[in-house]
Amino acid sequence: MSSEKGTNRRDFLKTAAVGAAILGADCKGMMAKAVENSGKAKVVLATDDALREQGANPEEQRVQKLLDKAIQAYGGNSVDVWKRIVHPGEKVSIKVNTIAGPALSTHVSLVLAICERLQQAGIKPGDIIVWDRTNHELEKAGYTIATDPNRVRCFGTDMAGYGYEEQPETYGVVTANLSKILTRNCDVMINLPLLKDHEIAGVTLAMKNMYGVVEKPYKLHGGNCNPYIADLNMLAPIKQKMRITILDGMTGLYNGGPSFHPEYTWPHNGLLVSQDRVALDRTGEQIIARKRAEKGLKTVAEAGRPATYISTAADAQHRLGIDDSKQISLVEV
Amino acid sequence: MKQHCWSIAGAVLLAALVLPGVGCKKKSVDPFPASDIVAGWQKSGETRTFKAEDLWQYIDGDSERYMKAGVVTTSTTDYKYKGSVDATVDVYTMSQAEGAKAIFEADPVADAKAASLGDAARLYGQSLIFRKGQYLVRVVAFTPAPGLGDALVALGHAVEGNL
Repeated sequence: MSSEKGTNRRDFLKTAAVGAAILGADCKGMMAKAVENSGKAKVVLATDDALREQGANPEEQRVQKLLDKAIQAYGGNSVDVWKRIVHPGEKVSIKVNTIAGPALSTHVSLVLAICERLQQAGIKPGDIIVWDRTNHELEKAGYTIATDPNRVRCFGTDMAGYGYEEQPETYGVVTANLSKILTRNCDVMINLPLLKDHEIAGVTLAMKNMYGVVEKPYKLHGGNCNPYIADLNMLAPIKQKMRITILDGMTGLYNGGPSFHPEYTWPHNGLLVSQDRVALDRTGEQIIARKRAEKGLKTVAEAGRPATYISTAADAQHRLGIDDSKQISLVEV
Repeated sequence: MKQHCWSIAGAVLLAALVLPGVGCKKKSVDPFPASDIVAGWQKSGETRTFKAEDLWQYIDGDSERYMKAGVVTTSTTDYKYKGSVDATVDVYTMSQAEGAKAIFEADPVADAKAASLGDAARLYGQSLIFRKGQYLVRVVAFTPAPGLGDALVALGHAVEGNL
């Protein structure tokens, strides 16, 4: 993986062209092709060491600046990038991750910052839904359930009138009933996962966050979630609607996941951005691996839970993105 | 009057027949202390209980290792400490004490302090875990606070007393 603190001019021109190619395309179903054409997958890691200067929680204004910094590094002017990702009239869903409670969920401040930029890009507030599995988990994580159709809405799949599709979708070994929020109520999904160790899959990042869109995720845990995670991400509504992943890595969990264990968390103070979910997962896995090594822990593979699903997602059958570190251009800002 | 007496006698007889059966049922224990039983701690959430097969609804991804260790039920509720620190208490009831021990011993012990609770306990900066017989208890605070360690232990003792 090539890693840069900032980018030199040549790399910038190269990645900017790639970014333009990716973002300029009609995003529906175009990502895999765009990545293949570019050769390298771009992942941005934006960090801010002063994110928590005023206390334990990241400061709202600094989170907004961190998001803008990440998006700019990804493709140029922040609002212009958003205009290429989403288009006025589209219904945008923001899939957060709230299963682990208030201290280890997608930060509300990040979601607010994204909602602001989406509206600047021409998305009506009523066309934005922030969602996860249940209202209870969202509320516990600090979100306010909101259903006014003229404002940004926020609720779980268990909200009355939504629920899961009666007819399952199938790919490979996966047969799953998907949330109607995904299938019927959005054109675009923005994926906001976390940076977490996982007891079964090794890590839970961009692709594993899609377990929160299916009715019975526990059925997809065999074999270290492999090939379940890759197959799940091949289901058309997931594959086609996920336009970008902005991983909330402001707090990381290097062991004991996916539940919150404060003793195994660290303030990573960063965001990972990519439209290549596989490249993002490979990058996140390596961040967690470094932290585990620093703490003297076994690798997740040595602990009996290798994150093999990442390579599966990149194989010839799936082609969801790039898992080879040498083919990932990591831009650190 | 005579009919009334027979009604009373019938009710007594019915109670005599039914109540011993009720008494034989295992007492359902709510292990969570009410607000202010422990200084500074307010119970802020409903108690939710999950059967083993439904545990994924609470801790999907983590539930398998508890099931492997023989979890029967899991009860959880929320507390607030001094009005500002949110915390969750989970009580896992396993089929055997060995199950609670297996989960307890699976986690790395680095940075943990020993605490005097149950059969064994570990205290971290923001969390406490202990086991007592077939019970495994985890108390987790979501933000740090001065004196939190002692407060976690005090709440843990109150839970332990209810098991």
